[in-house]
Amino acid sequence: MLKAKEYIIEKGLLLCALITALTTIGIILVLTIEAITFFKEISLVDFLTDTQWTPLYSEKHFGVLPLLAGTFLTTVIAILVALPIGMGIAIYLSEYAPKSFRKTIKPLLELLAAVPTVVYGFFALMVVTPFLQKIIPGLSGFNALSAGIVMGVMIIPFISSMSEDALHAVPKSLREAAYGMGSTRLQTVFKVTIPSASSGITASAILAISRAIGETMIVAIAAGQMPGLTFNPIKPVQTITAYIVQVSSGDVPFGSLEHSTIFATGISLFVLTFILNSISFWVSKKYHRQYE
Amino acid sequence: MNNAAKNKLKDNLLKYFGILCTLSGLIALAIFIIDILMDGLQRLDWEFITSLPSRFPEKAGILTAWTGTVWVFCLTALIAIPIGVAAGVYLEEYNKKGALANLLEINIANLAGVPSIIYGILGLEIFVRILNLGGSLLAGSFTLALLILPIIIVATREAIRTVPKTIKEASFALGATKWQTISRQVLPASASGIITGVILALSRAVGETAPLIVIGALAYVPFVAKTPMDEFTILPIQIFNWVSRPQHGFIINAAAAIIVLLGFVFIMNGVAVYIRNKAQRKGQ
Repeated sequence: MLKAKEYIIEKGLLLCALITALTTIGIILVLTIEAITFFKEISLVDFLTDTQWTPLYSEKHFGVLPLLAGTFLTTVIAILVALPIGMGIAIYLSEYAPKSFRKTIKPLLELLAAVPTVVYGFFALMVVTPFLQKIIPGLSGFNALSAGIVMGVMIIPFISSMSEDALHAVPKSLREAAYGMGSTRLQTVFKVTIPSASSGITASAILAISRAIGETMIVAIAAGQMPGLTFNPIKPVQTITAYIVQVSSGDVPFGSLEHSTIFATGISLFVLTFILNSISFWVSKKYHRQYE
Repeated sequence: MNNAAKNKLKDNLLKYFGILCTLSGLIALAIFIIDILMDGLQRLDWEFITSLPSRFPEKAGILTAWTGTVWVFCLTALIAIPIGVAAGVYLEEYNKKGALANLLEINIANLAGVPSIIYGILGLEIFVRILNLGGSLLAGSFTLALLILPIIIVATREAIRTVPKTIKEASFALGATKWQTISRQVLPASASGIITGVILALSRAVGETAPLIVIGALAYVPFVAKTPMDEFTILPIQIFNWVSRPQHGFIINAAAAIIVLLGFVFIMNGVAVYIRNKAQRKGQ
């Protein structure tokens, strides 16, 4: 009797674990099936090479490049903000800061990642853009720059905490050897600690890029709804995610070609982030093996 | 200046750069919060919290939005906590090394990185259309539950891993079965870690906007939801809707609604940190 109960419980728990596998299968199936209906009408070549994205206008073009350009632009800006600051924080907290300071500051930094993204969108549109407009004349009310900067602030904790963990995992003996040779902390950090933790740091940067690509509300609110093949950060752009929000919050009828664009763009987004996440996972696995 | 002094200077420069970076993130956060408080505090009163949405900014309130958020919070918790903890227990205690466990682990790591809007597309097809739940609270909560499952599973596994082996062995030695050991020893001993993870996951769910827009949560809902099958709106969507409008009055409303949302999220994070610190002190 007791044995039967144990057996049932184990299978029940297994079932719960399998839900995660079903989620992945569900995502892949839904995106593929719906994207196939889209690609029956629009050729994949057009989708990947047409330089205009205007499915909601009367003259329809279905080229994903402008959306990719918008996504790329906001992501690059975000990384340019987050990587140096995040690394600075990681180096300071792991190599310089007193332990008590570290303990109080870490939860505060984690708050940056806890703020809902819609709130960041508000900041980008209502605080950062008006401020930047004073410095940069010609900055549009909606632009890639503010959205990218604020997105960068949001992903700082991802880079800082993962990189700090990587730096922290470097064995003390390596550092002590460097100090023993007369190195300063700066020399130790750049010549010993960072190279030893490089895979963990790389993994954190890739994960942050993937986060930025998939981030939705900041760009939907502050970057605009103008898909264009531009790399000009002071102009409005549209990202893949912002486009999906635009279609979903409008009244595009379900089942129409216009609506099915969200699956075609969705699968592009999924593939892009999936590749990045896999690389990050693989790189960080490798570094875990290094010192264990 | 000799070499040693130069090196010392460079070393100090890096130190101050680090301090600057650490503070810059926090200062950005502080500026944002102060700005929000200055914009929104004037609007935040009892009437704002208890009023239905309206076309007129000065009459509009967030009653349907915050009740929707509370509904979504509770339903998501009910769905995600048992499944997530059970999955975590299975992976950590029953099947730690098998091929299946390995595959599931990679899968969960990947799921944690899937953009939230993709979960919205999944929810739209599976819950809204195939299971025919429509743009209901239940469809939204299922979608968010899937979104936070990886966080809960990872937190559960980490918490269970910290339970000393000796406790388990003592329990087995007294003749307890595997499940008796897990339910009476392992889970109570790892409770604080699991609770911390669950709270952080739910705080993420409360702030999510994009997936619920995709599954069709509405911006304008003129009634308070009474059953899980009702249509709904939530605070983030209400904020998004108000931010997108040109009238200044709605911007003020958005700021006031953000104060309520941030209050909710920060309190949850505070509680999570408190529980974690308390457990750490106990462990030492």
